[in-house]
Amino acid sequence: MDDHQLSRRPITDQEAQYITRTEELAYELKVEEVMTRDVKCLAPDMKMHQALELFRTERISGAPVVVDGVLCGVVSLEDLIRCLTNNDLDAQVKDYMTANPITISHTDPVVEALKLFVTTRHGRLPVVDAQRRLLGILTKGDITLGLLQALQKDYQIEEVRRYRASHLFEDIVSDRTSLILRYNIKPRDFVHGGAASSNLKRALLRLGANPQIARRCGIAVYEAEMNLIIHTTNGGVIRAEIEPHQISIEATDDGPGIKDVELAMRPGYSTASDEVRELGFGAGMGLVNIQRCVDSMKLESTWGKGTRLRMKLFMKPENTVGEGHSSS
Amino acid sequence: MITLDQIARELDLTLVTDSHDLSEVVPTGGYVSDMLSCVMSGAPRQGIWVTLQAHVNIVAVAALLELAAIIVTENALLDPAAISRANEKGVTIFSTPKTSFEVAGLLWQLGLRSG
Repeated sequence: MDDHQLSRRPITDQEAQYITRTEELAYELKVEEVMTRDVKCLAPDMKMHQALELFRTERISGAPVVVDGVLCGVVSLEDLIRCLTNNDLDAQVKDYMTANPITISHTDPVVEALKLFVTTRHGRLPVVDAQRRLLGILTKGDITLGLLQALQKDYQIEEVRRYRASHLFEDIVSDRTSLILRYNIKPRDFVHGGAASSNLKRALLRLGANPQIARRCGIAVYEAEMNLIIHTTNGGVIRAEIEPHQISIEATDDGPGIKDVELAMRPGYSTASDEVRELGFGAGMGLVNIQRCVDSMKLESTWGKGTRLRMKLFMKPENTVGEGHSSS
Repeated sequence: MITLDQIARELDLTLVTDSHDLSEVVPTGGYVSDMLSCVMSGAPRQGIWVTLQAHVNIVAVAALLELAAIIVTENALLDPAAISRANEKGVTIFSTPKTSFEVAGLLWQLGLRSG
């Protein structure tokens, strides 16, 4: 499994916390990704004492029997014991092997193999292709190891990402370093409503921001974002400047502007249309929410010209962003 | 402490998003409103949000607030875009024929508080 394959299933911050990721992996991982490929095989015309020797030297408890690479049976420890009981070690493998054993396809998800282990109570499954050519062997141990490795890889990728970002400002030396994120917001684009704020929140968490700060920032920017979507003529821009000790956010648009800023700030006051209200917007709580979530807020607007909303959040010295504090 | 899958069983809720292990999710509280800004301000993290709203924007709100689940009441017809977005974002949505009032009452009876 290479990194390209892994990148097709991105994990969210929330998902990363859940153990149920192993369940997902059981569906995603294919048998061929976890099976043992280098298999010790027997031939039907070999003697059972050769099977005994193979089991002893390789410390295995079963082996597939193949003819020209095609699977025709397996010899298990039970088969060998049966042979020993009969004192019949000179017999041929084909006389004691289990013919037509249960197999699994190399392209099956690991979860299918787990089901077979449970229903058949077998300890190992020969892995074959559509022509019953033997490709490998699968034990429960192979699955456990494969799952652990895949989980570890997932985890490391997110950790590396997070670590790199959380030390961003430490690695870059200047008198004043900041990271600026810009989001263009289109008018009436309800389908993407909340995308900018959730992306900004995620960026902050990656940068190692305190989760409480990231949440407050997310809520404030969500309200600003929805205001641009609901009220503006041509949409607007959200610009967030992240510095270790503060986040400064600006939401600007070129109209129509707010007629009475003081009135707009009053809880419950809204100019939203009935159509928008039906969607659950226009509670008249947006600006109130912003004020509650940020440390300072300034709203300037000229009717006919546009609006500029500026917000700031300050971080405590122990919670600075991008300087290696852990966010979790 | 009651888990999300217990709540789903007790209230006979229909899961409309992809299933995942709900027995690990322990909601911290609940909130009822159809106004998104009020939810933004009032719903607790890992809380359950009860609403009549069924369009795609409820997902953004739930994701931002890291809510445990949304319960959409009175069988309000869910926007297919909302369901696919919710699956993308890992947001759990239930549907029920009960009213928001009934659902809130039942959640309270199960011991869930405002959070």
